[in-house]
Amino acid sequence: MRTFAGLTASALSALVLVGSITLLPAVAGAADVERTKQGKELAFNRKKGNCLACHMIADGVSPGDLGPPLVAMKGRFPDRAKLRAQLENPMVNNPDTAMPPFGKFKILSDDEINKIIDYLYTL
Amino acid sequence: MKKTVLLTVAAVALLAGYGAAFADTSPDQDLKTWHTYFDKKFPGVDLQEYSNGVYAIDKVSRDSWEAIEEFPPYEPMIEDGEAMWNKPFANGKTYASCFHGTPAVADKFPYWDLSRKMVISLPLAINECRKANGEKPLKYAKGPITRLLAYMAYESRGQVTDVKIPNKAAMAAYKDGRRYYFTRRGQLNFSCATCHVQNAGMHVRTDILSPALGHTTGWPVYRSKWGDLGTLHRRFKGCHKQMRAKPPKPQIAEMRNLEYFLTYMSNGIEYNGPSARK
Ligand code: HEC
Ligand code: HEC
Repeated sequence: MRTFAGLTASALSALVLVGSITLLPAVAGAADVERTKQGKELAFNRKKGNCLACHMIADGVSPGDLGPPLVAMKGRFPDRAKLRAQLENPMVNNPDTAMPPFGKFKILSDDEINKIIDYLYTL
Repeated sequence: MKKTVLLTVAAVALLAGYGAAFADTSPDQDLKTWHTYFDKKFPGVDLQEYSNGVYAIDKVSRDSWEAIEEFPPYEPMIEDGEAMWNKPFANGKTYASCFHGTPAVADKFPYWDLSRKMVISLPLAINECRKANGEKPLKYAKGPITRLLAYMAYESRGQVTDVKIPNKAAMAAYKDGRRYYFTRRGQLNFSCATCHVQNAGMHVRTDILSPALGHTTGWPVYRSKWGDLGTLHRRFKGCHKQMRAKPPKPQIAEMRNLEYFLTYMSNGIEYNGPSARK
């Protein structure tokens, strides 16, 4: 079910990407920038992802250190589904994790998680 | 050797936050595990130091805290509390009639009441004293009760935490509190232990998470964020909000059992309330 939702979302973004490449490349670039900007806001916002509370992230001010720094994400998470799974429910990987299950407990919507992931891939 | 292994296993269970994993351990064992765990995490920090919360483990914030404690913001509140202690109720009696004549009773609470079969905390005893003397109960989180508690804490400074678990029913209350401490709750899926055991000493943005050890010795606390004194159960409420869990009403049975467990885990540490925190 979860995988299905994840697949649908990435399938959708792939479609959007294909569509924009063929038709409006310049606008697509702007839309991507907007998405990653929103993703960053969601990652920093205390009422949303608040990832900065626990992770060092790029230019984020006063990061926490409960979790590892979020750097070199493309290299470390070539598989988007793996990254998605960590945000969906980190207890699958580590039952004792301190990280909240953003997807499973609906702390963030599917779209918000995808925006954050888009942003993470710029790191 | 075998003992070390056992301790390590218990510490791992603690770290892991499996309340259930030590369902069959005794409070005495739990206390040893707790000491071993924090000793390893913060080598060289003396047991008594843990009464100073996060300032026991963070040199930087400790310096400004020490400056604050030299002219403590709660000082006038201790005096207000002393006035409350001395002021007779309408019936002519005072609080002294309920506490064997002395405000220095920190080390008598919380305790298991054998006949009523429940944990009695000091704030609860204060309100029961008021009711018995025909006065209205005070609110539990903030306000006048914190003044009286500040005075009583001040007079109790130097007493040593010594919670006792006299029988099976008391043990059930202790275990209930322990289970509460290690159970994940709220939208963010944290347990108390996630922050104050597993991640004690780590930063959540600019906050450093204080160790659970010593968490009950310094109350009531003057918090800059509150701009006032608050009770331990007020802090319990606040931490529930951080977990995005429903904040429990102060002094309900669950919170008293939580206090019973948490205070037991500070056995041996001196009371030093009231105190100041960020
Ligand atoms: C309360 C603490 C906390 C918060 C908030 C948090 N994380 Fe984590 N995160 C952790 C911890 C601890 C780990 C280490 C692995 C584990 O225990 O799951 C981790 C691991 C990760 C990993 C795997 C990193 C690696 O190098 O293996 C990623 C990716 C991640 N977090 C992303 C995020 C994102 C994105 C957010 C916000 C939407 C976030 N985290 C919010 C605590 C947190
Ligand atoms: C998301 C992290 C988090 C969780 C979960 C959490 N707390 Fe806290 N707690 C804090 C922070 C941050 C502070 C303020 C800094 C400090 O002293 O640790 C604090 C402070 C406290 C204090 C005051 C310590 C002092 O010396 O003044 C107590 C007591 C406390 N928490 C108990 C609890 C209990 C009981 C629970 C579970 C019901 C809990 N906490 C859950 C983050 C948390």
